[in-house]
Amino acid sequence: MFDFGVVTQWIDELLRSFLPGTAATLVELVLIGLCLLVGYAVIALILIYAERKVCAFFQCRIGPNRVGPYGTIQSIADMLKMLTKEIIEINHVDRFLFNLAPFMVIIASVLAFGCLPFAKGLHVIDFNVGIFFLIAVSSIGIVGILLAGWASNNKYSLIGAMRSGAQMISYELSIGLSILTLVVFSGTMQLSEIVEQQAAGWFIFRGHIPAFIAFVIYVIAGTAETNRGPFDLPEADSELTAGYHTEYSGMHFGFFYLAEYLNMFVVAGVATTLFLGGWMPLHIPGWEGFNQVMDYIPSLIWFAGKCAVVIFIIMWFKWTFPRLRIDQLLHLEWKYLLPINLCNLLLMVIVVVFKLHF
Amino acid sequence: MRSTKTYFSTFFSGLLSLLKGMRVTIREFFTKKTTEQYPENRATLKMFDRFRGELVMPHDENGNNKCIACGLCQANCPNGTIRITTDTITTEDGKKKKVLVKYEYDLGSCIFCQLCVKNCPRNAIEFRPTFEHAVFTRSKLIKQLN
Repeated sequence: MFDFGVVTQWIDELLRSFLPGTAATLVELVLIGLCLLVGYAVIALILIYAERKVCAFFQCRIGPNRVGPYGTIQSIADMLKMLTKEIIEINHVDRFLFNLAPFMVIIASVLAFGCLPFAKGLHVIDFNVGIFFLIAVSSIGIVGILLAGWASNNKYSLIGAMRSGAQMISYELSIGLSILTLVVFSGTMQLSEIVEQQAAGWFIFRGHIPAFIAFVIYVIAGTAETNRGPFDLPEADSELTAGYHTEYSGMHFGFFYLAEYLNMFVVAGVATTLFLGGWMPLHIPGWEGFNQVMDYIPSLIWFAGKCAVVIFIIMWFKWTFPRLRIDQLLHLEWKYLLPINLCNLLLMVIVVVFKLHF
Repeated sequence: MRSTKTYFSTFFSGLLSLLKGMRVTIREFFTKKTTEQYPENRATLKMFDRFRGELVMPHDENGNNKCIACGLCQANCPNGTIRITTDTITTEDGKKKKVLVKYEYDLGSCIFCQLCVKNCPRNAIEFRPTFEHAVFTRSKLIKQLN
């Protein structure tokens, strides 16, 4: 299996050969930031295209197919449109907070994006509380959304932001607990370590029942966390026009839009890393030939493929289920997901203590 | 006790119905798409048989139609779309007979109610499922069917 560490090592040595240590580190930081942002934008474009196609297929339509082959350039055209649009200055808004909010949202999602192990040796931030850091930075996004709603000085925006706050804080609990279940199982919070441990078998197989329940809960809570249907109350087009980003235009709106899609990718990426083995190929103990063949597929493709599957499931949710009411949403979290999650955590502890896993 | 029972039963029935919904949508995902990409599929696009596109009067290979010039279609048309010009001729055995001279049909004022076709005693006229009728002047919409 190709190790991307070779490439990064080579770049590092190349820079250090003609630059002093600090300058080389600085250049590397800028390079990494650039790579992350480019990756961020490209993935967002792909996801917007995928969302349209998947949505269309669920509704028995074809979807975008005019711009470029199979409509692939559609989302690039949309991006250009968004970039050239005017950012309208609105009276009676809290100008500083209003302009700050989209950046808060995008910073949160870029930081969480940077934590993911994309491939073997392709991992930006990796330290012993990686998962903890990831949860922490991804929840900064709520602040941005609340700020956007508050600073807009618009009742729809404020209602949308408040709903979003209630929803995200509630479902953060489920996300945290289901991740905790897996942390109990793996015994570490370091993402690279978690991925390494899954060389023998993905956690969803090795942890069988509790891991599977945790996976289902994680995907449900993750869908809610990204404010996507059926949990898209904060936007609720029919009631609140567009929720917290009603007053935004141009690229400021574009930031919210990008962050929404990238959060979906981050949720899928974390689900992949924790439950489906990250970039680890599918290994079945005992089947040596099969494992060898699987090793030939590059790790980046494994990660992208697993993410695509999880994203497809999340989109499948969106285009199947009707939207929940706010009380139903909170019922689901506090009366169902949370108790199940706590029982599941206990079950996982029992499984780990008595070594009932594979 | 009962509330505990409903808690669990509603949970599982809800889960089941959600899965059922997902099964329906995934089936829809893989079915053939219904979108017609119109100008491109002009060669293969087929309208359904009962589509009322325009009124025609079918002629056989000798150029004869079945019209007996009774004027029922003209009388039944709510819009005055059909105008029939007739002539009276005397046949060999000395009987007088009405014959059709001109059958004019104005597509521009037709409401496609099909009353003319239904009232025709000889099934001399029918609707064709064609639909590309756009022209630049209204006079071109007035057609002579015989």
